[in-house]
Amino acid sequence: MTINTIVELRGVSKSIHDHQILYDIHLEVQNGEFLTLLGPSGCGKTTLLRLISGFENPTTGTIFINGKSVDGLPPHLRHVHTVFQSYALFPHMTVLENVAFGLRCQHISKQEIDQRVTDVLKIVKLEKYIQRKPEQLSGGQQQRVAIARAVVNRPLVLLLDEPLSSLDYRLRKTMQIELKQLQRTLGITFIFVTHDQEEALSMSDRVVIMHEGGIEQIGTPRQVYEKPQNLTVAKFIGEVNIFDCDILSIDGQHITVSIQGKKRIAKSTHPFAAGQRAHLLVRPEDLRVWGQSEVQDSSDMFPGVVEEVIYKGTTVDLMVRLSNNQLVAATEFFDEDDDRLEYTIGEQVWATWLSGWEVILPYEA
Amino acid sequence: MKHNSGFKQLSLSIIWIWLLLFALLPFALVTIASFLSHSDTRLIEPPFTWINYTQLNNILYLRIFKESFYIAGTCTVICLLVGYPFAYAIAHLNDKIKGVFILLIIIPFWTSSLIRSYSLITILKPKGIINSTLIWLGFIDKPLALLFTNTAVMIGLVYNLLPFMVLPLLTNIERLDNRLIDAARDLGANRFTTFRRIILPLTLPGILSGCILVFLPAMTIFYIPDLLGGSKSILLGNLIQNQFLIAQNWPLGSAISIVFTVLLAILLVIYWRSMRDKTHQDLL
Amino acid sequence: MNKIPVASYLASIYLFFYLPIVVLIIYSFNSAQYSLMWHGFSLRWYHELFADTDLWIAALHSLVLGVIAATIAMCIGSLAAISLYRYQFSGRKLLYGLVFILILSPDIVMGISLLILFSLIKLPLGFTSLLLAHTTFCIPFVVVTVYSRIISFDNYIFEAAKDLGATDTVIFTQIILPLLWPALLAGWLLSFTLSLDDVIISYFVAGPDFEILPLKIYSMVRLGVKPEINALCSVTFALTLLLILLSQLALRKKP
Repeated sequence: MTINTIVELRGVSKSIHDHQILYDIHLEVQNGEFLTLLGPSGCGKTTLLRLISGFENPTTGTIFINGKSVDGLPPHLRHVHTVFQSYALFPHMTVLENVAFGLRCQHISKQEIDQRVTDVLKIVKLEKYIQRKPEQLSGGQQQRVAIARAVVNRPLVLLLDEPLSSLDYRLRKTMQIELKQLQRTLGITFIFVTHDQEEALSMSDRVVIMHEGGIEQIGTPRQVYEKPQNLTVAKFIGEVNIFDCDILSIDGQHITVSIQGKKRIAKSTHPFAAGQRAHLLVRPEDLRVWGQSEVQDSSDMFPGVVEEVIYKGTTVDLMVRLSNNQLVAATEFFDEDDDRLEYTIGEQVWATWLSGWEVILPYEA
Repeated sequence: MKHNSGFKQLSLSIIWIWLLLFALLPFALVTIASFLSHSDTRLIEPPFTWINYTQLNNILYLRIFKESFYIAGTCTVICLLVGYPFAYAIAHLNDKIKGVFILLIIIPFWTSSLIRSYSLITILKPKGIINSTLIWLGFIDKPLALLFTNTAVMIGLVYNLLPFMVLPLLTNIERLDNRLIDAARDLGANRFTTFRRIILPLTLPGILSGCILVFLPAMTIFYIPDLLGGSKSILLGNLIQNQFLIAQNWPLGSAISIVFTVLLAILLVIYWRSMRDKTHQDLL
Repeated sequence: MNKIPVASYLASIYLFFYLPIVVLIIYSFNSAQYSLMWHGFSLRWYHELFADTDLWIAALHSLVLGVIAATIAMCIGSLAAISLYRYQFSGRKLLYGLVFILILSPDIVMGISLLILFSLIKLPLGFTSLLLAHTTFCIPFVVVTVYSRIISFDNYIFEAAKDLGATDTVIFTQIILPLLWPALLAGWLLSFTLSLDDVIISYFVAGPDFEILPLKIYSMVRLGVKPEINALCSVTFALTLLLILLSQLALRKKP
């Protein structure tokens, strides 16, 4: 454990009624970081959060908060607080009473309560609404009350369980920015749960990608997007085209592969051996589609037919059927230098990408 | 939840002890009493005997059982036939006036059924409103014998129990998604088919709960036959009441109650089964 | 739908519901003793009613009984409803089922079974036996009323309170009670009216020393129609109406 670790999970697993929900989780959360648990619903991310908050106890393994095991410690003694998906504001209390609730439970002096509540309400910009009831607030304001109610107790870690999922799209975008700013202002560690990959990538310092009760990859948004460690991560984060390939030879980081009978040079640090099968992954925005007349040398390009053209404003999305019948997606950006973004359905095209922009992963059956 | 479990222990013990002492234990006592004998000096005494049950296999008691079920059944059918269109019409009123109309059903639902049964006497008696009106209109010469007949009992039962049919139906019909009806009509179903294939199956839970809530009390409200009916022991309720308070034959009264309860339990089990099958169907 | 047949159908059912009661109230103001004929407005029967001390004592008894039974039933019933909602315990389903069976079980069976219990433990029939019986048949109705309200709460507010350091006592007094009081009041009022209206169970467990209003009315009514009873029924009806309106107001107000 490094000095800076605030929460650590060692070999934590959880089963409920003989049903295994989490398998052998190891995770270190750094103090002050914005960490996101990302995964499809049912992957165990909410359970993981509830283990940290103390609403559930792990079946095996230990959780450390601030260097101490919190085994059997009830939620309010863990110095972590939760912001619930539904906010769980007390409907019969005013904003002030909601925020002061935790401090009153600790029997803190009235003066200090007033001071701390006022301070925190200023931070979340709700000082004008202290006498309102939750039902008189907008969704975004309720959200901020829920956060204020948790952070007023000065937790070491704030746990947020899909707090934005009940907001509409526009408000969610605004709240993402506000939450990130709030986290920087407060300097508190945030552990954030979401199933929305865009949300995870745009807000987090690090992302934990979970799948079926296990952790698939931990890394910065850039790492998990650009260097996915396996197919599950690659498929879950963003769109991806997957080609089957055979490794012909290896020269340091340069690997020569054969895809659909064409030779290409690719880059990878992964220890492959010649003769292995592998997956080659290309993101749609890295895939280039050229018209017949634009291409002189098609030796490392793949012929195909345009099946669908979707105009998206800043981009044009293409679906291209390659000659081996594989359907690939390509996103073409408008470019001042290239005015030829007119594709017609049925047009013969060449698809390719720049060497080094692909990812090669071991073959998974 | 290991912490603060004192509250949990306390509240659970209170409710369990109360229900055990005053609901389950008394019922067990009735069951035991139904197998005991009685004498002039003691209400209940050993030895154990089957006689209270074998005694029931008697044309007189069997007739009362049959009669009770018949009257309660008829009352239920009438309440359903009258109450369904009524509930349906109210459910489709606009929201503003609907509240008032529903309140107007709740008022009789909550008012003393004794008082309401009594008020029927004023209407049904030989010089009451109905007879006076009919005579005044010239339909009849002398008053019809309405009071102290089985008809009066039936009117009394329906009058008292109709809200118990209407309220569950109303909740059920209100929950019905009107778009389903539109969809059925859109797909070419006529009114009758829409009713039979869409509305009826979807409101079946309400119909069944309503029937249970009417049927069960209909057999035991002994004061309605007492006030409005001719013969004394027309319903099971009167028979049980008689055995306990007049004939002082508690074991026999208990046996009648047990048989009655078992019959009701069978009906309830059938009801729950059918509800469960219903939800299965919905899943399919 | 055709408006006129529907409206007349509704009207005739409501007429069926209310005509007897209206007639009864009208005749309570009729000065004649037996006749159906209108002999002029009179408060005579109300005067006689208010002069009838026995009746007043019975009414007072009923009121006291109703208030105490409803209060005990409200406490026990709401504790049970809260436990059913908040805790997992063995026998949870059993308790839930028992509550429903008690609501459906015929009054008369409950009446005779309590009669047998009381005579076995040699409890003299009177106030105590009535109180125990009334509380017992009111509890399930309180449980159902309170439970149906409590399941509409967001379950997470209890976790949030726990997370912020609230003990069970604090959760109960500061979260559950304030949110639940409309349902508690409704449960209390329902119990109170049930207690005031009950004839069947009381008939078995009442004693001669403690007369209550419904049984008093029943014995009077069995002797035939008397204008004084009309007046009594009108007063009772008016009071019930008042209670219903109060409970409706309490339920409609959402916190």
